[in-house]
Amino acid sequence: MRGRRHLQVVVLAAAVAGVQLATLAAGKGFFLTQLTMSAYATLVALGLSLLMGYAGQVSLGQAGFFAIGGYTSAVLTTLDLGGHRGRPLWAAAERLGLLAERPDLFGGATLSVAPWAAGVAAVLLGAAVAFSLGVPVLRLRGHYLAMATLAFGTIVSSIVVGTQAFGAADGISGVPPLVLAPGLRVGGGAADRVENYYLAWGLVALAMLLLSNLIHSRAGRALGAIHGAEDAAAAMGVDTGRMKQKTFVLAGVMATVAGVLLTHYNGGIGPSEASVMKSVRTVAVVAVGGMGSLWGTLAASAVLNFLSLRGYFGAYDDAVFGGILVAVMLFSPDGILRGDLGALASRLAARRKSPGEEA
Amino acid sequence: MRGLRTIVAAGLVALGSPAKAGDPIKVGALLAVTGPAAFLGAPEARTLEMLVEELNARGGVGGRPVRLIVKDTGGSPEKAISFARQLIEEEQVFAIIGPSTSGETMAVKAIAEEGKTLLLSASAAEVIVNPVAPHVFKVAPKDSFAAEVIFRRMKKMGITRIGFLSSNTGFGKAGKEQVEKLAPAYGIQVAVSEVYDKAATDLTAEVTKIKAANVQAILNWSTEPAQAIVLKNVRQMGLGVPVFQSHGFANVQYARAAGAAAEGVIFPAGRVVVADALPAGNPQKAVLEAYKRAYEARYKEDVSTFGGHAFDALMILVRAIELAGPDRAKARAAVENLRGFVGTGGVFNFSAADHNGLDIDAFELVTVKDGRFVPLGP
Amino acid sequence: MTLELFFQYLVAGLTYGSIYAVVAIGFNIIYNATGVINFAQGEFVMLGGMIAVSLHRFAPLPVAIAGAVAATAAVGALVELTCVRWLTRPSVLRLIVITIGVAILLREAALFAWGEGVRSLPYFTGDEVTALSFHGVSVSPQALWVLGTTALTVALLAFFFGHTMLGREMRACAANRDAAALCGIPTRNLVTLAFVLSAAIGALAGCVVSPITYTSYAIGGALAIKGFTVAILGGLGNGAGAVAAGLLLGMLESLSVSVLPTAYKDVVTLTILLAILFVRPSGLFGGREASRI
Repeated sequence: MRGRRHLQVVVLAAAVAGVQLATLAAGKGFFLTQLTMSAYATLVALGLSLLMGYAGQVSLGQAGFFAIGGYTSAVLTTLDLGGHRGRPLWAAAERLGLLAERPDLFGGATLSVAPWAAGVAAVLLGAAVAFSLGVPVLRLRGHYLAMATLAFGTIVSSIVVGTQAFGAADGISGVPPLVLAPGLRVGGGAADRVENYYLAWGLVALAMLLLSNLIHSRAGRALGAIHGAEDAAAAMGVDTGRMKQKTFVLAGVMATVAGVLLTHYNGGIGPSEASVMKSVRTVAVVAVGGMGSLWGTLAASAVLNFLSLRGYFGAYDDAVFGGILVAVMLFSPDGILRGDLGALASRLAARRKSPGEEA
Repeated sequence: MRGLRTIVAAGLVALGSPAKAGDPIKVGALLAVTGPAAFLGAPEARTLEMLVEELNARGGVGGRPVRLIVKDTGGSPEKAISFARQLIEEEQVFAIIGPSTSGETMAVKAIAEEGKTLLLSASAAEVIVNPVAPHVFKVAPKDSFAAEVIFRRMKKMGITRIGFLSSNTGFGKAGKEQVEKLAPAYGIQVAVSEVYDKAATDLTAEVTKIKAANVQAILNWSTEPAQAIVLKNVRQMGLGVPVFQSHGFANVQYARAAGAAAEGVIFPAGRVVVADALPAGNPQKAVLEAYKRAYEARYKEDVSTFGGHAFDALMILVRAIELAGPDRAKARAAVENLRGFVGTGGVFNFSAADHNGLDIDAFELVTVKDGRFVPLGP
Repeated sequence: MTLELFFQYLVAGLTYGSIYAVVAIGFNIIYNATGVINFAQGEFVMLGGMIAVSLHRFAPLPVAIAGAVAATAAVGALVELTCVRWLTRPSVLRLIVITIGVAILLREAALFAWGEGVRSLPYFTGDEVTALSFHGVSVSPQALWVLGTTALTVALLAFFFGHTMLGREMRACAANRDAAALCGIPTRNLVTLAFVLSAAIGALAGCVVSPITYTSYAIGGALAIKGFTVAILGGLGNGAGAVAAGLLLGMLESLSVSVLPTAYKDVVTLTILLAILFVRPSGLFGGREASRI
């Protein structure tokens, strides 16, 4: 069992490398940009897939966590701390490497929080919010839960748009690249394109590995039991509250991390990233891939986000995602990509054969 | 794997070939055709399509047809970034027109510069051209000019105390900054300053607050339908003070929407909205009337200054190519050296230090009379 | 703050509060019949206004409004027939997601059909500057139309549910669907009727409020959020509660402008929503509600 899962990740790695080489051969290296952005969107979707498919919780707030990660990181790395030189904490901060120089708009050098430190702060904040939000939110059910996460997402969106410090409607631009190691940095320059591609998809592969292991562990089986029948699971001694909370935090943290990295890659973030529509698109992607089916979600996310980012859907972008959402939930609520199409076909045939099915 | 197959298929379809003389000149456009900034991007896209058709009917530019590639960013900086990279690296466009909003423009400024591709933005933020990036220009006039034109008039009318409303968009925010910075120089005190949500449907509460502050005039700075709503709220509350709007009001559908409440509103605007009423000697009159006639005949809707920005951006590019040939570096230098170019937004005078090219005369003070825009006069 | 100013804020709050109330009532009707929160409710309001404006180009105002209400009711029925009726025992999660998708599709269809511009019906009485004045408080006659229409709607619905056979059957359906079905009540048709009613009410609200707020393709989303905040505040399924909660929320929002920056008005509303969900999901006036276990 374990071997099969690891094999799947190896296949993913091979596919990722294969795609990159193919684009190199065809001279279409610029596809890597959209593929990299899709990878980060996939991280968000994977977290949601776990939450929806295993803990059975619908969250319309993933974009809110993405925004927390992206905006925190963006704000901290675009601060101008020059005026604080000489203050007591300054020396300590410098020694810890928390500060870094970055070129500002006019070519001069300003001091702000080092990207890695900002990233860590952002992830911690995201985790804290997810934790404190999770406690009351997960005691709710069904549409109350959906609405609570929707309210959370909209609150984040409203705060981000209404606050000057967050760039209000223009967002924040000029975010410096995140240097992970000498020669390896998360940023949008054409020279770094290939590295960023592998970094992003490597992260996705890592997430797949971790989540797969989680699903097939004891904790994972407990999660599956919660989705299937929460009362029965509780009766069997599963601490349903804690499990749901942990899943919620995990999904939130994944979205936060994706937010941090994509913001550095794009060099900025805007309020459209925090919008409810983004959360809805993530839900659509998970629905297509099959809730809880990690591989299905990955494939759906990679394809749909790539096409969307390349403008394939033109002005009908939102309509496409809305339509997909309705179509999938009406005809194939377990997802299109889950299992194989043969199963879908036989299900359709079965439905036609027994019209006497009653609601 | 599904993803891989899709990518390879797309790649095979998109294979290009090296450019030859007679090949079309590719012009990219990043516009917010749908979404919250659609009132900016949609007229811009329509204007570009109309112009490119006209150009190609006349043989194109320098004998080469123009191929327009419009990407709908929906007002989202993330999409703007993705499409900018696509246009520059993949389509290798000669130049990019747009984006429609300042936030998007700032997000792609560095990308355009890195890709050495001319970017002619239709948005207004000062930071787009200051600091100057060699390849980045804007054709929309500075917000500070709009504010100054309004304040000059207020000073003339003896107004010293105003209430200020703005929306929570980039446009509103930029206006708020300029207003608060420049008002003191004209002896004007901003007694109340409120920011409302762009989707606001009723501003009675905000107007009530302003009423309580006993102001002599009200200034509203937004581009949303709220512009019309605030006029109604003010008049219905019986406030008779003069109401000023920003240049975001320069689309006559808002005057119509506000009906009787719009009478007497004063706002700065590019002359495209009062083209008919301009005196015969005005340098812009011919260009404006031609644009207005063509656009209104084709699309059955009124011209706006927003569509005018797209007009200016494209025609400036065309002139640069005509002067310097289809060479990127030369065209860029040609734009930078363009002087006395008559556009819809004003008469442009670019230079190495000034990538905007417009001065305060680009604005004309306009008022609403009998539901139509007329110049205010001295 | 003078008394006059206070009442001015109050009147403003009552006006938009009653719009929220009408949207919430629409939610409640569908919720009572199906247990589903219809995220597309705001789009019905939008469609009512947009269709009425189009019809008004060649029909007098009352006819245009009646036509818009009928057309939107038909859309409501269509939504129910295609997306709800034939599902077999759908989970709450599935229905939530479907209605979200439907809301998006309706919005995009409106954008495609009518473009991005704003439009409105003319004022029913008076025009953009007329205002009735009581002791220094000004109110547009249209606001009175809004309040009046809301009151009429509530009264008619109360009569319908309380004193007509059909209304009682719908209440039975809401109380216990299987039992109602056993009694011979055609539950599936009543669900369709619930959608039709909700859509019609929403459309009427959209028509009467459009001179004040304008209609455009994108107004549905924000209205839906305010609407279900009010519905939950008043207790899901509780009609009178929705009205009271709507007026209350409207007034709170309006008064908050006098102390907080307007930019955070929505944050205030949503924080109230979250607080209610966490502390008392049954709302201020709601009864027992199996919202959490």
